[in-house]
Amino acid sequence: MFAAARTSVLRSARAQLRQTQSHAACARLASTLAVLEAKEGKLNIASLAAITAGTKLGGSITAFVAGSGGKSIAEEAGKAKGIEKVIYVDNAAYDRGLAENWAPLLVENIKKGGYTHVLTGHSAFGKNLMPRVAALLDVQQISDITAIESEDTFVRPIYAGNAIMTVQSSDTTKIITVRGTAFPAPETEGGSATVEEGTDPKAECPTEWISEDLAKSDRPDLGSASKVVSGGRGLKSKDDFDKLMPPLADALGAAIGASRAAVDSGFADNSLQVGQTGKNVAPQLYLCAGISGAIQHLAGMKDSKVIAAINKDPDAPIFQVADVGLVGDLFDKVPELTEKLKQ
Amino acid sequence: MSGLRILVPVKRVIDYAVKPRVNRAQTSVETANVKHSMNPFDELSIEEAVRLREKKTTPVEEIVAFSAGPPKAQDILRTAMAMGADRGIHVVVEEKDSLEPLGVAKLLRKVVDEQKSNLVILGKQSIDDDAAQTGQMLAGLLNWPQATQASKVTIEDQTVTVVREVDGGVETLKAKLPMIITTDLRLNEPRYASLPNIMKAKKKKLDKKTLGDYGLDSEIRLKTVKVTEPPTRQAGVKVDDVDGMISKLKELGAL
Repeated sequence: MFAAARTSVLRSARAQLRQTQSHAACARLASTLAVLEAKEGKLNIASLAAITAGTKLGGSITAFVAGSGGKSIAEEAGKAKGIEKVIYVDNAAYDRGLAENWAPLLVENIKKGGYTHVLTGHSAFGKNLMPRVAALLDVQQISDITAIESEDTFVRPIYAGNAIMTVQSSDTTKIITVRGTAFPAPETEGGSATVEEGTDPKAECPTEWISEDLAKSDRPDLGSASKVVSGGRGLKSKDDFDKLMPPLADALGAAIGASRAAVDSGFADNSLQVGQTGKNVAPQLYLCAGISGAIQHLAGMKDSKVIAAINKDPDAPIFQVADVGLVGDLFDKVPELTEKLKQ
Repeated sequence: MSGLRILVPVKRVIDYAVKPRVNRAQTSVETANVKHSMNPFDELSIEEAVRLREKKTTPVEEIVAFSAGPPKAQDILRTAMAMGADRGIHVVVEEKDSLEPLGVAKLLRKVVDEQKSNLVILGKQSIDDDAAQTGQMLAGLLNWPQATQASKVTIEDQTVTVVREVDGGVETLKAKLPMIITTDLRLNEPRYASLPNIMKAKKKKLDKKTLGDYGLDSEIRLKTVKVTEPPTRQAGVKVDDVDGMISKLKELGAL
């Protein structure tokens, strides 16, 4: 009884404290740290989505980069519109984006700058790193936001995009990952941010990076392509996938995607998977063949501007979201489409 | 050389094949009378723990399945035990007090200390809140190395090598135990629990605990303002042939 009363008193006291804190946060202007990605000395343009999201918060935006050649990456980033300052740390220890030393690095720089918001893309890098940062700062992170309603209120999809949740954060620092397709990258020319060196705590990294194996492609990047062609189980084999999809992609100048069924069956590389657990895409045109349209796949592509589907099953769920549907055998229709698009 | 003491946190979620519905009050997704099961990524975690035992490269002392959730979460702990976990710990948390990833991570830190775990295998995300945070948060709180989105795990002596799924391909990392791993779909194919194993699992030990036992409460940092249905797409048109498709796409400005 007494214990219960005590907890509830404590709880209400804490709630009040939190309210005053959040009022205080409203009173001061947002100051955002946008954590950008770089690889082999080059800025990842898609990661600039964090800056676009930052501009919706108002207040100042500082960008952050780290890795070898940090200063030149910072100068490149500084040309993006919307940033006041770029903080860089030049240290090869950060080249591989390992969370074990990146997290203390960010925590130091966040504390030093007193930022109200820390944003980065909901990419493999952001997903791996930011929750670790959030835990070190004792903050409940907000993942994969698609909209910003106010300084403390954000919108994000849950249940594979089958529900949209609006949440209000009571944390003094908001740690957020943003969905790239919801915040298009800003112009990469015309900005004039100042460049400044950041703090480097040089934390030890218990994890050793051994190697990587990245799919090489001249095609546009799947996550940011304006057109995507995607194949599913209906393609039957890797040979058929390789015979039909690349020519269609080339005829359209599109990136190639795949359903989980196609990836699981070994038709396509895992990095091409579109869906709840793969990539989220929102291109101008999403053209898919041999994909039934499971919930988990729709989660990754239903924000596409125009969806076109070729499937031999007229009852396939994909036709419920497709703007243009063609019922037919993809082994006839895809080559025909490829030929006609080339003309 | 010490063996592996593996902790596998599992979550009870709405079954992946069910289309979730938002409730009328727009406060949450309808969960009453909806089929629930183990989060698919957590099945992979249990499977991987059991395979590590079967591989015998580093002896597995114990596999403990853990869940924090409503009384019914014990069903999925039984499933985990039927798949091969040795025992279960259930921290009973009513649905209205459900924890955020940070709360789960703080709880797991206490459980790791209590159970002297040296390897925690979690799913990369739960398919309900899609947060993808708990494993990384736990690694941060414990200051342990982490390998997220694992598609291959090899353990020799105290060294863990993990191939992880990243944008555009895979990368390989190496670290020493203790460690946190989160699973990706490519990691393995979870086994079905056989009937004899389901019967045996009923006799395995399942400890019931509360947040208070670990000196924690369900502090919530994110208030749900509302939950709504996503905008529905207008049904499109069916075309008869490839020419029809091309002209319609041109009309829509997609070509």
